[in-house]
Amino acid sequence: MTAGDPGHIFREEAAELLVDLETALLHLEQNPADREPLDTAFRALHTIKGSGSMFGFEAAASFTHHLESAFDRMRKGELTATPAMIGIALAAKDHIRTLIDDPANADTAIGDGILDRLAQQSGSAAVADSIGGLQEDGDAPATWRVRFRLAPDALERGTNPLLLLDELRGLGDAEIVALTDDVPPLEELEPTRCHIAWEVTLTTAHPRSTIEDVFIFVIDETELTIEAVSAAPVSDACAAEEPATVSGLPAPAPLEPSDAPPQARPAAPSKADAGPEKGKAQQAANSIRVPAERLDDLMDQVGELVIAHARLKQLISDSVDLQIKSVTEEIERLSNGLRDITMGIRMVPVESLFGRFRRLVRDLSQELGKDVVLTMSGEETELDKTMIERLNDPLVHIIRNSLDHGLEPAADRVAAGKPPQGRIHLSARHAGTRVLMTIRDDGRGLDRERIRAKAEEHDLIPPGAKLSDAELFQLIFHPGFSTARTLTSVSGRGIGMDVVKRTVDGLRGTIDISSTPGGGTEITLGLPLTLAIIDGLLVRVGQGRYVIPLFAVEECVELPSDIERRHANRNFLNIRGALVPFLRLRDSFGVRHPPDPYQKIVIISSGDKRIGLVVDQVLGDHQTVIKSMSKLHADVANFSGATILGDGSVALILDIGQIVAAGQNQEQRREAS
Amino acid sequence: MAVTEPSSFEALTLALGGEIFAIDANSVHEILDVVPLTEVPGAPPLVGHLINVRGKVVPLADLRIRFGMECTPPTIDTRIVVVEILLDEEPTVVGLLADKVHEVTSIAGASIEDTPDIGMRWNPDLIKGIGKRGDDFIVIPDIVRLFTTH
Repeated sequence: MTAGDPGHIFREEAAELLVDLETALLHLEQNPADREPLDTAFRALHTIKGSGSMFGFEAAASFTHHLESAFDRMRKGELTATPAMIGIALAAKDHIRTLIDDPANADTAIGDGILDRLAQQSGSAAVADSIGGLQEDGDAPATWRVRFRLAPDALERGTNPLLLLDELRGLGDAEIVALTDDVPPLEELEPTRCHIAWEVTLTTAHPRSTIEDVFIFVIDETELTIEAVSAAPVSDACAAEEPATVSGLPAPAPLEPSDAPPQARPAAPSKADAGPEKGKAQQAANSIRVPAERLDDLMDQVGELVIAHARLKQLISDSVDLQIKSVTEEIERLSNGLRDITMGIRMVPVESLFGRFRRLVRDLSQELGKDVVLTMSGEETELDKTMIERLNDPLVHIIRNSLDHGLEPAADRVAAGKPPQGRIHLSARHAGTRVLMTIRDDGRGLDRERIRAKAEEHDLIPPGAKLSDAELFQLIFHPGFSTARTLTSVSGRGIGMDVVKRTVDGLRGTIDISSTPGGGTEITLGLPLTLAIIDGLLVRVGQGRYVIPLFAVEECVELPSDIERRHANRNFLNIRGALVPFLRLRDSFGVRHPPDPYQKIVIISSGDKRIGLVVDQVLGDHQTVIKSMSKLHADVANFSGATILGDGSVALILDIGQIVAAGQNQEQRREAS
Repeated sequence: MAVTEPSSFEALTLALGGEIFAIDANSVHEILDVVPLTEVPGAPPLVGHLINVRGKVVPLADLRIRFGMECTPPTIDTRIVVVEILLDEEPTVVGLLADKVHEVTSIAGASIEDTPDIGMRWNPDLIKGIGKRGDDFIVIPDIVRLFTTH
């Protein structure tokens, strides 16, 4: 996948650029006067256009060109970034994505519609901006001396200097001189390196920025000077002082937009312009793009190392050889360090996830006619990359629900004494070995009576059942449950929240809801830091050993022998006054081995439900790598995966959600009979 | 199900319930001595256990269950043949329990016969064909079907 498909590389690059573009546009919408997002947007568009046509995405390139032109004019101050303009640009951005990802199915009518609106917004001249820009500058052709030296490895990277020269020639009369002063003697000559520099004396009516644009893709690695030349020849020797000489010349000054660095120091500004891009390029050079599977493989290997070390430690625990012991401890330190680093590699700040919702909130709030502001905190909190990807859909559903059902229309909000603008806050923070992600709105809160009515209507709860708030709120995760009175395009189809529940369960996460009538709703997702490693409690049932995820474990108690004897049919336990049902795992697993005389109960919780699991022995805590089970065991209930123990044998990991559900069913059956 | 065009292939022969079976040698990853087994409660009996193969959790299949053979306890000759098969287009590593592993041998295509419809104790769907080697008959099972049909 490395050099195989350049189109693929372009698509990946473009996807990132489009994200940058969107972020910049949304930022620009908030701060229309800010220049930086405008520049970022322009650069992203320019690169997409350039690389797009290079890789054969002509439709995307030519479409992008129009948008780029408009942004160029905004940069020059000829157009202002009105909300309408941003709206068009966002639509255009989506269209560019379609053109790149799925060119066959891109609807040209949509593209044309966007371009029409763009043209209306920016005036009819928008599309012909280069001429417009030129006319505005209104200058007679000027002469420039362009001198550039490519990076030595530029040819290896696929830069073709001839194309650059051709492009310069296309701008006007060009006289090209090759500078061979750096060409080494023949025996030192490396044919793949670029030893030649060029000096081009170019007479053109185009502004300086157009010449700079020729080098936009190589600017970071290229030594480039662009100097204005007066009619009088300037000797090479005084090139350094030339800026001062040129500053008085009338020609270049009006070429630049007023807010750009003045023309006075031709060499310096070109460096300064490249500054931010250069910083970015260096950052990119210091990071490597790695396919996710390789990280998974690395994690697997490290996991095995940890396991192998545990076995080694067990083997030498009886040894008296201090040297072997100290080496083992050294290995332990190293393998733990390696494990932490490997896990760290997979961690990504949740900002990359939260950032996506700015657009969602903006679009939805417009669609619903509600004024909503999205705020965030704790974006720097890190989470496993896979987890971030899988959290996208659940969070979209939750935010949609908040916007649609939670937040009231402005009039209602004012009537309730709240500010007209609704507020949604996303936050993330660490709590022990878990990350808590909270989605809070200041809307009307969950309507307990309607949820209850709806649940009774669907026979989810018996009429008049006494439910705690937490139990009541859990009902909204039931498939097909929706309290929206009217169906909107946003939500109300009764799908969504059950997807949220399923996905979060699949990530071994928890969901908590709290809600104040009139004050808003807060949904908190509790998530493990990583999917790959689990802290578990190792227990024995019969001869089998099983791992119970530690986050679900509340406490361990002994099964009172009187319960064992007297209430063979009543599987309830009194835990400090609360009745907790319990499940005999030996029955669930069909164990024939005789039970241990003193059975233990591990109390686990899932959501607001608690249940006890009767086991033969609690062996202790155990941190290990999760291995998924093969397809052949796909329909085996009760287990979410397997792991390898210190002695090299396999242990199964209990699926808390399923076990608790099974326990509930058992109780219901018993009550019914 | 008969193999339409039997061609010769390299096969690993192994003993299972008194019969000799042949498995495509190319699909075999490795042959292990018996390792500790972990029972999977609630799993189909055919794949009722898991084993650890070099840090990977792999299901262990006892083909004798599928062929209605008696499941005798492991002996000193018992081995686990680790094979990779395609299940729903997905490469899956499975351990196969064998009473004894014989050898890797070439089975000539011409000697492979269609599964006879009668005179077979087993479901003909699970057999690709019967090969001959000297006076012995060698059963060529359809490994994928063993796992996908019920």
